[in-house]
Amino acid sequence: MTHRLLARPELGSVVGVIAIFVFFFAIADPFRQATSMGTVLYVSSTIGIMAVPVALLMIGGEFDLSAGVNVTASALTASMLSYQLSLNVWVGVFVSLLFALGVGFFNGFLVTTTRIPSFLVTLGTFLMLQGANIAVTKQVSGQVATDNISDMDGFGAAKAIFASSFDIGSVTIRITVLWWLLFVAVGTWILLRTRAGNWIFAVGGNEDSARAVGVPVRQTKIALFMGVGLCAWFMGMHRLFAFSTVQSGEGVGNEFIYIIAAVIGGCLLTGGYGSAIGAAFGALIFGMTNQGIVYAGWDADWFKFFLGVMLLFATVLNMWVRRLAVRR
Amino acid sequence: MTTHRTASRMLAIAAVLTLAAAGCSSEGGKQEEEKSDSGNTGVADTPRYTIAMITHEVPGDTFWDLVRKGAEAAAKKDNIELRYSNNADGPEQANLIQTAIDSKVNGIAVTLAKPDALQGAVQKAVAAGIPVVALNAGLEQWKAMGVTEFFGQDESIAGEAAGQRLAQDGAKKVLCVIHEQGHVALEARCAGVKKGFGGAGVVENLNVNSKDMPSVKSTITAKLQQDKSVDRVITLGAPIAITAVESAKEAGSAAKIVTFDTNKELVGSIRSGDVQWAIDQQPYLQGYLAVDSLWLYLTNGNVIGGGQTVLTGPSFIDQKNIESVAQYAEKGTR
Repeated sequence: MTHRLLARPELGSVVGVIAIFVFFFAIADPFRQATSMGTVLYVSSTIGIMAVPVALLMIGGEFDLSAGVNVTASALTASMLSYQLSLNVWVGVFVSLLFALGVGFFNGFLVTTTRIPSFLVTLGTFLMLQGANIAVTKQVSGQVATDNISDMDGFGAAKAIFASSFDIGSVTIRITVLWWLLFVAVGTWILLRTRAGNWIFAVGGNEDSARAVGVPVRQTKIALFMGVGLCAWFMGMHRLFAFSTVQSGEGVGNEFIYIIAAVIGGCLLTGGYGSAIGAAFGALIFGMTNQGIVYAGWDADWFKFFLGVMLLFATVLNMWVRRLAVRR
Repeated sequence: MTTHRTASRMLAIAAVLTLAAAGCSSEGGKQEEEKSDSGNTGVADTPRYTIAMITHEVPGDTFWDLVRKGAEAAAKKDNIELRYSNNADGPEQANLIQTAIDSKVNGIAVTLAKPDALQGAVQKAVAAGIPVVALNAGLEQWKAMGVTEFFGQDESIAGEAAGQRLAQDGAKKVLCVIHEQGHVALEARCAGVKKGFGGAGVVENLNVNSKDMPSVKSTITAKLQQDKSVDRVITLGAPIAITAVESAKEAGSAAKIVTFDTNKELVGSIRSGDVQWAIDQQPYLQGYLAVDSLWLYLTNGNVIGGGQTVLTGPSFIDQKNIESVAQYAEKGTR
């Protein structure tokens, strides 16, 4: 067990980060400025905060396709509750936390009870949330976006926590970057330093033998799904307080980006292997590519194509480095 | 490198000749397209500026082709490097504006479909001394954000005009097809249709997914089969209108199709009467003016519209005036 942890799943993604960074540094002029790095880090953090729990869940052998829309759903819940009932925004913030954790619990409970693959269960949740997001928003506020809550009680304090920024010299650092680092640290600590971490590796590696040696498989998996819910809530709050309103159709498709970031970072699709730090590097690769293509001024029509090429490149490099490492 | 290039050119020519010999189509195709000569105009001798255009385009909608063609035509004439980028997601679009600020562009043209999400980024650009103009969406909000000019149409007014026209046409039950769930401007159009239609009958909304045309077709077909009383379908984009024509045929419905916005294919549909009329907001003009106005501002401090909205629509295109538009639509600029 410990021996396998020493093989460092994130090793390959570090090389990927360096390669992509050098590439864009060489070809895109704006990419060389410190101010641009602030933007790159911010974009990476919005993916990275979600990539951490998604990576943990994948190590535990499950998927969550509802992660992307759950972000939007929590933001909508907080925003509409506060606005419609004229409450302090913190009431909405806490109720939406319960909501997001509830979605996670629902996913985990169904997966562990029915034994239906999580891919299917969370696909169902994804579609339900996608529909509910637009239907409820329209019923409640009569339009497809929520009302602006920036003048309500508690907004300033919430914005300071979830969506503020500060300057270091000429570089603007968004607070999400700091939260991202914290989440990565906590995720890594859980995986490598706690008993729960061992349980996560065990249930993802071989569920039956884990159960045989007394690992609480069910609780572990439900907790992992709820972890995704927790971070989805956090990102939802960021979106709400950074932009004051929420569009009900957003977040669709992001679940794959979180999964991609985790996979580039060394998580296996089959479970039982991966790391939280790797997921952070995966998110950084995605963020750098995302912004780098625009900084380089490449034709927007090709954007997705280049994104795909870069991701494949990073993943292949990753595999290759890992093989070299294992061979030694 | 050059030898490599000539070799590949020779290869390409050989391939084309072989293909041409193999089977020519006697009509249609690229050869029949008239070459547009808008590209042969002179170029301004002003310094080379870089302008970023950032829209909420969902990739693959013909409407944005027209916006971009207009923008590119102006950029070419004004000696401007145009950087186009797009994202339908509000916060992501805000990131693209931040990217343009980081890149130190000379001007920004932006669509404000999700104004609240973009407000912070736009104000940052203005604070950084970059002139910002808005186009297509954000008519209510552009002034408050520090944007200098706006080119577009008022979606509510356009919707009302459509609704009034439908009432004149004697419609009783109208289906308003929203092809992108959660898009503020599209919702405003349908709300406007409802308002303009007033007491003439009922307007019902239908959500379809424009990223998946087969599902658009089957959804409209199913609705028309289910509700035989629908006598008009109003779509909010030209590609959807052409699909709705198919749906009506398939459902055996007598419903007539009308639409917002035009494209090349729609000209034929209006000529043949498959589509009754279209509301045109001149997307080419929106793109062109957005870039040209920035050039004027950068080189001479001019502001088009003097701080007021510059309207590019709505106007109706139907069988009466289709010929005047057709020649440009064939070239893909209307």
